[in-house]
Amino acid sequence: MSIENQTAPTTPAGRTNDGAPANLTHGAGASVTMPARGPEPQPRGAIIRGNHPIDQQEAARRFMAAPQHLAMHDQRLWDLRKKRDGQKEIIEEWEDLRQLASDIKTHTLTHLDTYLEQFEKNAIANGVKVHWAKDAAEHNSIVAEILRSKNAKSLIKSKSMLTEECGFREAMAHEGVTVVETDLGERIQQLDNENPSHVVVPAVHKLRTDVAEVFAKTLGSDPNNSDVSYLTEQQREHTRPLILKADAGMTGCNFAVAETGSVVVCTNEGNADLSANTTGLHIVSMGIEKIIPNLNSLAVFVRMLSRSALGSPITQYTSHFRGPRRGAEMHIVIVDNGRTDRLGLEKFWTSLKCIRCGACMNTCPVFRRSGGLSYGATYAGPIGLIIDPTFNRHKYSTLPFSSTMNGSCTNVCPVKINIHEQIADWRQVLAENHEIPAFKKSMMKAAGALLASPKLYRASLPMADSALRHLPRFVLYNKLNTWTRGREMPHVPKETFHQWYKRTRGVDGKKK
Amino acid sequence: MRVGLFVPCYVDAFHPEVGQATLELLERFGCEVEYPFDQTCCGQPMTNTGCHKESKATEELFVRNFKDYDYIVAPSGSCVNHIRNNFDAVAQTDDVKHVREHTYELVEFLHDVLKVDGFPWAEFPHKVALHNNCNALRGLNIASMTELREKTFSKPRDLLGMVKGLELVDITRPDECCGFGGTFSVFEEATSARMGQDKARDQAKSGAEYVTSSDSSCMMHQEGCAKRLGLPTKYIHISQILNGERV
Amino acid sequence: MSSTDSRAAIFAAIRANRPKIQPPLPDVPLFDEKAPSDLVTAFSEMLVKMGGKVLDPQGQDPISALRAAVADKGIIATCVPELHGDASLQIRQILPDMDPHSLADVEIGVVRAAFGVAETGSLCLTDDELIVNTSGYLPQHLIVLLDPSQIVANLHNAYRRPELREHKYAVFQTGPSATADIEGVLIHGAQGVRSLRVLFCPEQD
Repeated sequence: MSIENQTAPTTPAGRTNDGAPANLTHGAGASVTMPARGPEPQPRGAIIRGNHPIDQQEAARRFMAAPQHLAMHDQRLWDLRKKRDGQKEIIEEWEDLRQLASDIKTHTLTHLDTYLEQFEKNAIANGVKVHWAKDAAEHNSIVAEILRSKNAKSLIKSKSMLTEECGFREAMAHEGVTVVETDLGERIQQLDNENPSHVVVPAVHKLRTDVAEVFAKTLGSDPNNSDVSYLTEQQREHTRPLILKADAGMTGCNFAVAETGSVVVCTNEGNADLSANTTGLHIVSMGIEKIIPNLNSLAVFVRMLSRSALGSPITQYTSHFRGPRRGAEMHIVIVDNGRTDRLGLEKFWTSLKCIRCGACMNTCPVFRRSGGLSYGATYAGPIGLIIDPTFNRHKYSTLPFSSTMNGSCTNVCPVKINIHEQIADWRQVLAENHEIPAFKKSMMKAAGALLASPKLYRASLPMADSALRHLPRFVLYNKLNTWTRGREMPHVPKETFHQWYKRTRGVDGKKK
Repeated sequence: MRVGLFVPCYVDAFHPEVGQATLELLERFGCEVEYPFDQTCCGQPMTNTGCHKESKATEELFVRNFKDYDYIVAPSGSCVNHIRNNFDAVAQTDDVKHVREHTYELVEFLHDVLKVDGFPWAEFPHKVALHNNCNALRGLNIASMTELREKTFSKPRDLLGMVKGLELVDITRPDECCGFGGTFSVFEEATSARMGQDKARDQAKSGAEYVTSSDSSCMMHQEGCAKRLGLPTKYIHISQILNGERV
Repeated sequence: MSSTDSRAAIFAAIRANRPKIQPPLPDVPLFDEKAPSDLVTAFSEMLVKMGGKVLDPQGQDPISALRAAVADKGIIATCVPELHGDASLQIRQILPDMDPHSLADVEIGVVRAAFGVAETGSLCLTDDELIVNTSGYLPQHLIVLLDPSQIVANLHNAYRRPELREHKYAVFQTGPSATADIEGVLIHGAQGVRSLRVLFCPEQD
């Protein structure tokens, strides 16, 4: 055990106490110690009402009303952002690597068919069985069929956002297959029956006390012990027998190398390697956009992924699976699930460059204050705002508005996706397709008409005592005047600049 | 040099002194400044909400007002960013292109076009925290950005460094958005206010007596948040400091 | 829809929707002009930052140091010729036909790395070195032998090595298993090994 948290009181038996140095930079560890806190009920995510547009603001408000959760979440993710900045300062060629990563992805996505064919050919030559799934349902049924053919009833898996997209665990439950997530954060979320709130740190919105509560209910651990080493050890001890008994293993795929036919999986826990190497059956779930041309390209992405995600130089395990072990089987299920449609969207296809590092979430001031579950979608935060509407334009129509478009996300993106510009572009697409609320649209129509007419505009800004002077009309023309809930109104001066200028300079603009 | 002064709607309605300081400052440097009377807005509120069609007439009006000037200067990075980088609702005529290419935010106009080397009239013996509006920072690039590996620079710092007595203090999250975000501040009020309050706390913690920025919109939001929290920080537009305003 | 039909549908959709531009694949430089001359020191520093340790032979020859490090530590699994299986010492020789699960009771695994990466402190372990892949994961602790002449400067150099093309399985293991999924508190030994020590030891011919 090595731990940076000063409050950890015990060193349970069976663990090393190797006196790790204080300047550890790896494995996503925080650089500051979080204070101990009393229990505070965990705020839950967005309320899902069928196909109704997600009310992110409502869920965000509940998250912000939980001060301990808010403070930890914001501090934790901001720390990851700062650690990422630290790595950027170490690597002289940082911006060159971002450009290379972006260019490699652009090249690959525009030659996607060629590289997928090459990958498939090499994977098959390596002894891998390759399957193709058009959508989530087909992915799930292919995996179910592979498992049935081996009479496999229990599956250990590492984290995969694609399987989240596919509603995989639920589908397997219907097939009678027991799925065990082996990543700690993902396991916590599975046991709590909640989606991951972040692509890299799935339970980052939970306090240790929340985890203690979940583990007490599901693993029978001590509900009053929220020591993090204790909780982590509980999970290890409970999961290991499940790993050893499992019939099959499953991993996601961070990168698929066309040149070698290998899939690359990056974890800090080593859980993907356990999932893949322990049983006789390894199933890989892979989106078509994971493909990259060759190992030289891979070097660029491996150098960027963990540095961007966690401020760590590399994940503890970067694993390259090129073919099945002797006596074992390896299957790769290559999934579209909306990606080819996205490829055809002129303004949005570059979102397929995403390597799921989560840096945009860590830096996003809205995400840090709302929690990833407030977005009510598989992908939260800035990248979610531009991907989610491609899955369901109506349900996720509100999400691109949950942003100030400040652009920090674009700057931290290791593959240089112009995230904040795509958020703006989505707003336009949604407005033009009647996917914004009617009051917003009519308000903008009114504002547009007003601001296009100097006369009307001036008339809307009369003297100081008028309510309309308190804010320009397009702000006030709102069924809810929300400004003063968390802020004071600005001071209202006696005259506008316009009036001052007219009074002191006159119509010819010369000083009186 | 004929300069058209654009005074954005917020400045016009709530901070006329910012318009005045901008005008006087430009005149001190010998610019021939005019304020076209028919100006209203740049169209950003509608575009920001996705309603490009609704901002078309406003953008056209803007171009009619300002097409004949050598330069158009505004004390707002956010509006200038809209004009320079997002003025897409109008047909891209020569007039539109001229306006887009010649519209400057005040700080970059002083720094890059006038290349000023001093404000001998200015003195501001106070601790000041600088806020860079996100559009000015990441859209207009008035300073280096903490996310990028690049040479450190800051045009507003360069200018404030020429003001006698002024001491700049650092806040812990200098590039963090304050949550104003235009229409975000009303449509996503809770997150917006929380971000603004966090920003105001960070500024107050730094020991700054004043916060300055080249954007009134962000500061109007921040000031409202600071007041709500009962923080003593005062907010002043950079044009006022550079124009030698005494407080 | 069968997987074959889906394959055809996916390729048809890609060809229809793919942006009609042909940007080239950029060349990736090695970025090693400023690499440190002493790769062993650079590697060791990064290894420690990543939570690993260097096993100091304390004046002994590396093999004696290795024997001392595993003496009386419970069940040892060896994948290296430098340490022979010996039932009386609870040292188990790992053989290719062993069941992966059979390593579950091992306290310390001993393997050799194909090479190390100075940039990240990573060790490349392949299915050749691991013999049974779980020997890198199921033991509680790992000791890795590394030939000091087999350290490359950075990941660009690492990915030009033949191991990544030749082996069915290869991993860059960097320090022990780690997690910080609960409030960012860093814990070693999430699922894989709880500790990792590197012993510099030239490979025998």
